[in-house]
Amino acid sequence: MCEVDRSARQLPAVEGAAAVNILTVVDVTKRYGNVVALDGISFSIRKGSITALLGGNGAGKTTTLSILLGLLIPTSGSVTVFGEDMLLNRYCVLGRMNFASPYVDLPKRLTGRQSLNVYGHLYGLRDIKNRIARLSSDLEMQPFLDRPASGLSAGQMTRLMLAKALLNEPDLLLLDEPTASLDPDTGDWVRGYLQRFARETGGTILLASHNMGEVERLCDRVLMLRAGIIVDDDSPSDLIRRYGRQNLEEVFLDIARNRRTGTLQGKSQ
Amino acid sequence: MSAPGTEAASRAPFSWRRLMAINLRHLYVLRSSWPRILELAYWPTVQMILWGFITTFFTQHSTWLSQASAVLITGVLLWDVLFRANLGFAVPFVEEMYARNLGQLFISPLRPYEFVVALMMLSGIRTLIGVLPASLLAAPLFDVWVYGMGLPLIAYFTNLIVMGWSIGLVASGIIIRNGLGAENLIWFSVFLLAPVSGIYYPITTLPTWLQPVAKILPSSHVFEGMRAVLFEGRFDVPHLLWAIGLNFVYLALASLFFLTMFRSARRLGLILHQGE
Repeated sequence: MCEVDRSARQLPAVEGAAAVNILTVVDVTKRYGNVVALDGISFSIRKGSITALLGGNGAGKTTTLSILLGLLIPTSGSVTVFGEDMLLNRYCVLGRMNFASPYVDLPKRLTGRQSLNVYGHLYGLRDIKNRIARLSSDLEMQPFLDRPASGLSAGQMTRLMLAKALLNEPDLLLLDEPTASLDPDTGDWVRGYLQRFARETGGTILLASHNMGEVERLCDRVLMLRAGIIVDDDSPSDLIRRYGRQNLEEVFLDIARNRRTGTLQGKSQ
Repeated sequence: MSAPGTEAASRAPFSWRRLMAINLRHLYVLRSSWPRILELAYWPTVQMILWGFITTFFTQHSTWLSQASAVLITGVLLWDVLFRANLGFAVPFVEEMYARNLGQLFISPLRPYEFVVALMMLSGIRTLIGVLPASLLAAPLFDVWVYGMGLPLIAYFTNLIVMGWSIGLVASGIIIRNGLGAENLIWFSVFLLAPVSGIYYPITTLPTWLQPVAKILPSSHVFEGMRAVLFEGRFDVPHLLWAIGLNFVYLALASLFFLTMFRSARRLGLILHQGE
């Protein structure tokens, strides 16, 4: 049960302190039988930051995001979001979070407006109509908002998914490959929108991505995952400098191929 | 920074708004597709008409059956209540899996038990849409007015719906844990119980060793009670109490089973990766 005295009004005051961690992961392990998906990872995320989870396929990015959302129960370890234990009190904080991913969808037979209306009710929004109108305008969705999702292009669908993820004005937005399968123009537009969202609202973003250019442009911090372990943790520019490379893609290849391991900077370890 | 009202609302342990949101999602689909509405009413009507004509034929050739046409047609309609209640619960659930929407739903403040209650409400709506036209058509076609049963009909209808939910819960629990490969469960699970539910014949017709199985099913008590009303004109309270008691137990067990399977799916990371 949610603690009654930790109301919506009290939490921001606690977070008002400098460099407040709104998300803390401590020694989280996830095993499927003999397979270790995550091996005792620990990290914290500061309010207002944009952090990337980078790693090759099967490194544990989506597993980490699933645990943070409460969709996956870890084998051991703890996750605290906005001061609440995610394993015990996830419903106390889910209203302040949201998520977009190519692994989930919205009902194809519903129009974008209908889906957003349904999720507006699920998140308990007070003025759903105006919120949808605002998002529709911001994300340039008016031409297709009343079309069934089955008829939308990949770019339009991404915008609709993003609108759903922003519907409750989340304090913590989790994104899994937000620009996967988008053409460069649409991908660039989405990245620009996310930057504006973070800047204007002070929201915190944690994203998993394979797009190194995207991470360099958007993120102020990178968590490098390999085989379920965080092998490095630094800003994109410092990672590039420490590894003596030209860009993040080269750093990624060094880490993924185990060619060299940088000194773990451990911003919050 | 969260939108006004969202955090306080999401902390509430139960919310009618969230229930209505799930209903709204499926009513949007129904509203936008008249073939879906037609399909809901189609099978119960076809079943009723088919059994109606079979009964009409036999009533002309059997003195016992001359009294039984109402029993058979009412049996067909009530059996369909059970079948539709199960489908009404499990089909929207499977649709969420096909739509890969389950992950989206469960990262929202929607609780699993709210989802279950919402599916029960949907089941009621879909069952009414399915069975109402057939039950009304039985009057002009075969001179059978099921609503003539009065209050007992409501009791039997409710019991069969609740039993349908229990079956739907178990089927959905197995599907969420084992994936869409188990989808056919929602279609054949009810039919497994048909022979021992005494829909068209008293359970004394069954072999002696099978009769105890029939007695632990709420449906067999409902159909025995239905025959008591239609043949003897009396409302059999003990049968109704048995049906209610058994339904209570099965619904509690089925809910527990579903929630256990849901937790197991969360442990195995199946919620996010459901879909075709």
